[in-house]
Amino acid sequence: MSVLVPAPAASGRTMKIQIENFSLQYQDGTETLRNINLEIVANAVTVLFGPAGGGKSSLLRCLNRLNDLADVQNRSGRILLDGQDIFDPKADVIGLRRKVGMVFARPVVLPMSIRQNLTYGLELAGENRKSRLDEAISRSLKQAALWEEVHDRLDDPAIALSGGQQQRLCLARSLALQPDVILLDEPTSGLDPISTGKVEASLQELKKDYTIILVPHSVQQAARTADYAAFFLQGELIEFGDGKTLFTTPKQKKTEDYITGRFG
Amino acid sequence: MNRNLVQRLGFGLLSFMALLTVLPIILVIIFIVVQGGSVISVEFITGFPFGGMRSGGIWPAIVGTFYLTLGTAIFSVPLGVAAAIYLSEYASDNGLTRLIRLAIINLSGIPSVVYGLFGLGLFVFFLQFGTSILSASLTLSIMTLPVIISTSEEALRAVPQAFRTVSISVGATRWQTIRRIVLPEALPGIITGVILGLERAAGETAPILFTGAAFFLPRLPGSPFDATMALPYHLFVISTQVPEMPIQIQYGTALVLITFVLAMNLIANYVRSRARARRQW
Repeated sequence: MSVLVPAPAASGRTMKIQIENFSLQYQDGTETLRNINLEIVANAVTVLFGPAGGGKSSLLRCLNRLNDLADVQNRSGRILLDGQDIFDPKADVIGLRRKVGMVFARPVVLPMSIRQNLTYGLELAGENRKSRLDEAISRSLKQAALWEEVHDRLDDPAIALSGGQQQRLCLARSLALQPDVILLDEPTSGLDPISTGKVEASLQELKKDYTIILVPHSVQQAARTADYAAFFLQGELIEFGDGKTLFTTPKQKKTEDYITGRFG
Repeated sequence: MNRNLVQRLGFGLLSFMALLTVLPIILVIIFIVVQGGSVISVEFITGFPFGGMRSGGIWPAIVGTFYLTLGTAIFSVPLGVAAAIYLSEYASDNGLTRLIRLAIINLSGIPSVVYGLFGLGLFVFFLQFGTSILSASLTLSIMTLPVIISTSEEALRAVPQAFRTVSISVGATRWQTIRRIVLPEALPGIITGVILGLERAAGETAPILFTGAAFFLPRLPGSPFDATMALPYHLFVISTQVPEMPIQIQYGTALVLITFVLAMNLIANYVRSRARARRQW
């Protein structure tokens, strides 16, 4: 089955990422992606949603080449970030990961202090000027709406924070590197509604400076947050478009069925 | 029979069995302390043996065992930990890795006297290190390696995979991830494994029998190429080779050896519990 997916009306918007005829297959034959074409607009929240096993997370993990660690059998097509093919053999993978930050479903803080969690990536990149590190700490914590809660105990172990705080720390940890793009893989799946609200609110702030790609943990969250939305089903991109339009008047029957809860 | 009674009988039997396993170690220690405690004195610990080793102290054997343990650590710890890092962090599941694992499993099954003969052939004769601390330490190292490798690998594997993924995702290389995240987390486990391995080396007789242990040496070894007295071998000698040996000295020597080994055990336990406390914060 092939569905023609119209690109979003990109009036005056810059394209941050272009995914062209992208296919992926794992060695154990689990999740696959089939011929995905998708354009991610800069400074907007693009939501990848759909039932489990649809390939959303796989696609996300390709965007910062974290999938290099997985047993990928086949990959074809291209992913362009600012016009550069990220799978080019000469591409700088470390640099790519600094440019494309990631927040995972389960909050995983590194076994060190709050401060060290934030400076870890910067120090790896060779930054050791204290003023720069301090500036990155306060900026990223404020952007992740965590500064008020932790600014007076930055040297406490990060594991002592609550789950919601830990997840915001993970967000701050990616922001500390000042990436261009932030990938979020069901970042609120383990959080209470209040923490979820805080994370969602910071996304709306963050999109002014960053390009955000979110795999939401529910259709409702998708509808709440999406500027653009892409519906994935079993490795195929079924429909892609402007968030408001897609959730109110979906063009595809399958999209409508999923959004209205007929399957999922 | 009613079910409650069966259950109580079952638990009773199981706890009795559990107690039985503790009994020997307690009996051994009590027995050795009772028999040998009386000879323990400053002169016994720091003196040299004389009168056909029937009197005097065991200082050269204590120093010798210390040197052998240190020598074993120098060779086996870097090699063992490096091998564990390779197996846990880098090796993919291929023929070579399976071969290495098979070798490690088999190494740990080899009787210690076979290590002794191997050390005699390779280090003493072929490499011409002679009967020396160097040869004995190398032999003990080979014997200790499987313990250090398998416990270290286990400790490394216990570090959550998510830490590695997160570290890679913020732009760390594999080696940076290992050095800054994985190794510090696994260190307590690695240290415990290392100490358990060295403890075994410190107490072994057979591997040093042909490779470095001296029957009697009236002075301390001056270089790695000297032979040395060692506690386990000294104990063997005075228990079987010296007629009319006072039994208290035999048990006194055993007491010193077991204290040496138990002290290492305590250090391992301390490291482990401190690490556990730190993780809970």
